[in-house]
This record gives sequence, C-alpha cells and structure tokens, in this order.
Amino acid sequence: MENTIVKAENYNAYFGDNHVVKDVNISINKNEVIAVMGPSGCGKTTFLRGINRMHELIPNATAKGKILLEGENVYDMNAIYVRAKIGMVFQRPNPFPNLSIYENVVAGYLLNGIKVSKADKDVIVERSLTSAALWKEVKDSLHKKGTFLSGGQQQRLCIARAIAMQPELILFDEPTSALDPISTSSVEALFHELKENYTLIIVTHNMQQAARVSDRTAFFYMGELVEFDDTKQMFTNPADQRTQNYITGRFS
Amino acid sequence: MEAKIGFRNTKSIIFKGIVVFFAFLITLPLIIILLYIIKQGASQVNWHFLTNVPAPVGETGGGILNALWGSFLMVLMASVVAIPVGMLAGIYLSENPRTKLAKYSGLCVDILQGVPSIVVGIVVYFWIVKPLGTFSAMSGSIALAMMMLPIVIRSTEQTLLLLPESLKEAALSLGVPYHRVIIKVVIPCGFAGILSGITLSIARVIGETAPLLFTAFGNPYLSSAVTKPMESLPHLIFTYATSPYDEWHNLAWGASFILLMFVLILNIVTKVLTRKWKIQL
Repeated sequence: MENTIVKAENYNAYFGDNHVVKDVNISINKNEVIAVMGPSGCGKTTFLRGINRMHELIPNATAKGKILLEGENVYDMNAIYVRAKIGMVFQRPNPFPNLSIYENVVAGYLLNGIKVSKADKDVIVERSLTSAALWKEVKDSLHKKGTFLSGGQQQRLCIARAIAMQPELILFDEPTSALDPISTSSVEALFHELKENYTLIIVTHNMQQAARVSDRTAFFYMGELVEFDDTKQMFTNPADQRTQNYITGRFS
Repeated sequence: MEAKIGFRNTKSIIFKGIVVFFAFLITLPLIIILLYIIKQGASQVNWHFLTNVPAPVGETGGGILNALWGSFLMVLMASVVAIPVGMLAGIYLSENPRTKLAKYSGLCVDILQGVPSIVVGIVVYFWIVKPLGTFSAMSGSIALAMMMLPIVIRSTEQTLLLLPESLKEAALSLGVPYHRVIIKVVIPCGFAGILSGITLSIARVIGETAPLLFTAFGNPYLSSAVTKPMESLPHLIFTYATSPYDEWHNLAWGASFILLMFVLILNIVTKVLTRKWKIQL
C-alpha cells in the first residue's frame, strides 16, 4: 500500500453535461510503467489530465471523486503545486519557441521565477538531457532555439523539461502519435530507462506500443475503466469481453 | 470546335490583360503622389529645416521643429496610454473569446475603429478642452490614443489567437501560474505581432489632423507644455498649405515629405514584422 503513488477513488470527469470518465478506481505503484489504452473518445486522456488537474482548465470541465497522490487528494491541494509536482508530456512536442534548448530544460524554474545558480542549472540541464537521451545530440548547441530540433528531439526535450522539475510521476498523453517511427522507437526506448527513477503513465491509442513498453495496462471504454491488469496477461488472456474485442480489432 | 476554343483563349487573354492593367493602375496613384511630394518637398528638407521653428511672414527660412517635436510628444503620450491598455484588452479578448464581455467589448472595438476621426476630436473637445478652458497637447494625445486603441487591441488579440493552446499547456503543466504564463510565455511568443500592430497604429495616427484641430490646436513656437496648445505635423501642413504665402507653402511641402517618409517607414517595418510572424491584420 505504501508503494502506491496514484490512487483514483470514484473519479468522474465531465465536459458540461457530457460524462466522459465514469467512476474510475485505480491504484498505481511507484516505478511502474502504466499504459492507458482505449478507442478514441473513451476518456483516457481526460483521466490523465485529471491527475495533474489540467482537465479543469478547459471551460465547462468539472470533476468529482478523489485522486490521491501519495495519499493526499490532489483536489485538496493547490493546482499549481500539483502541476509542478507531476511532469507532463503532450501529444505534440511543445518546446517554448522563445527559449533556447538550455532554457527550455530549466523552463520550470525560469517561468516560475525560482532562483537557481548557474552551476546548479548546468547540472540540471546536463542530467535532464542525459536522462532524456538527448544530451549527446544537443550538447554543442544548447543555446540554439529548441524549435530547430527534429520532432523526436523536440519531444525528448519536452521529456527533459518534465524531468528537470524532479517529479516522481510523469504523465504522457499520446507522446509518440505525432512522431515518425524512428523517433517513436527512441522515445519508447527511453521509457525503459525512465522507469528506474520515475512512475510513468502513458496514454496511447497504439496497442503494440502499450504491449511493448508497459508493466500494466488499463483499458478504458466509453468512460469506464474496463480492465486493469498485467500487460502480458491482458494481451494474452483478457478477462473482459470488451477488452478482447478491442485487442482483436473488432472495434477501434 | 477549334474555332470555339480559339475564341475562348482570346477571351482569356483579354480578361487577363484587363486584370493586369488594373493591378498596375492601382499602383499609379501612390507612385504619382510619392514622386510629386518628393519633387516638391525633398528640396525643402535640410538641417536648418529640421531644427528651426517656422519663420514669421516676410522672412525666409524657418523649419518645422515645433511640429516634429509636438507630433513626437503627442504620439508618445498617446502610446503610453494606448499600448498597455490595448494589449491588456487584447489579451482578455484572446483568452476569453466566448464570454459575453468579450463579445460586447469586441463589438465596441470594431465600432470605435469605425468612428470618424473628426468625431473623436469633437468628443474630446467637449470632454476635456471645454471644461479645462484651453486647447492642450494632452487632449490631443487622448484623441490619438482613442484612435490607436482598436488597432492595438485587435492586433494583440489576433496574434495571441494564433499561438497554439499547447504552448500555454506546456507552461501550465510545469506549475506556472496563469499570470506568469501570460507574461513569460504568451506575450514574448507573440511579441513581433503585437509590435507590428503598435507600429501600424502609430503610422495611422501620426497623420491624423481632424482630432487635433479642436484639441492640440497648433502653436507656431516650440513648446513642451502638455497643458498648452502644441503644433503637430499634419496640423502644420493644414495651416501652412491654406495660407496665402509661398514661403509657407514650401514649409508645408517639406513637412508633407517628412510625414510621408515616417508613415512609409512605419508601414514597411510593420510589413516586415507581419511577414516574419505570418499574421493577418
């Protein structure tokens, strides 16, 4: 139980009257890679955005229930603090176009006005970029704009930016859906390394990806969490008929 | 059949010729105006012209320093008011496009943009000049600020709307509070676009005469007192061009040349900025 990092209790999310996440109960352990999969519009992204309270930024969006981050309900905490504590990587790489690669990595400190000495920043930048497997490629062009990088490099830069804040949990919202296959495999390879130090929750519509990278998989359908199990178990012997239908491609 | 196609081709060529002809024709007025003003005005401009106030009737020489300085001061004061207010309003409109307030204030911005400049002038006259009992540079600046506002607001709004939502989300997901997201991310990323709106608004008001007629009025001497009448380039052109003295006509031509160059340069700067930023004004 003390190994649990995120726990959702009867979590519901809405867009206006549209009930998109229904009574989700899930418990995620530290240093696990969790894949969240399901057909489009099944609420997987909304659930993910509920964890770090990004969901409520959309007009009309509301949520009910609890999401416990290390035992504390994020809805009782300051949203700003929750978001700073949890890393997030988005579908499309979104480095800040006005900042250099170096500044992008420490953007969490810069934009929040947290004073960090130059030496400490250098350490953070090198460590974060190394963890994101980007250091070798960009170490000689740290002061160029981040937008000059390729899509896959930009996405790894965004991962470095999330890591730099030293979160324990990083959320990925379809992190490879805008990337080419080579960039995708480099990002996927990264998940295996990140697992050592972080807990990853990865939303994906790509079943092969879920099978390749995750320890456990959650299957969402029509806003419900249908099944949550070991990835191998789920792909070889799903308990629910709907999961089986999805995995075998009867609907997508 | 072949004859028919030949006829169609001819029609196409004629049509194309007409389009090209008119496309060329619309550049003519500008070219003629430019050449004429350069011919009449450029020869008037020299160091003496830029650093002296107009000479009294009967004396030769004299310059437009009072008008240059007055225009500069009044546009500067108008900018100090209109740029921050316009940017903040533009930020609101782009951030909350669906609220009632945004709908109505957006409508008001459009209407304000359409208000004839003479009407702006007369309103400021009744609001400020009459109660204070004197024409003043300050009232002129307020009139100019009112004309700058809609351009600054709309260009800020349009620029910021072009920024992808994901940019803001990136900052928010790092725990950056909303006001810092706007100040540190949204405004810097849209800076070129906002700046081009500002230069365009300055280009538009620097040549305005009508609102200054009843507000800043005019002043043949160099003045920096904002509560007193002040000269401006367009007003100087107006008074000196309608005077009966040849010397004064020359002064007006020289001032026209200077004003035209200002507007031209500001417009080119705007064009360069918008092209770099690919925005639609």
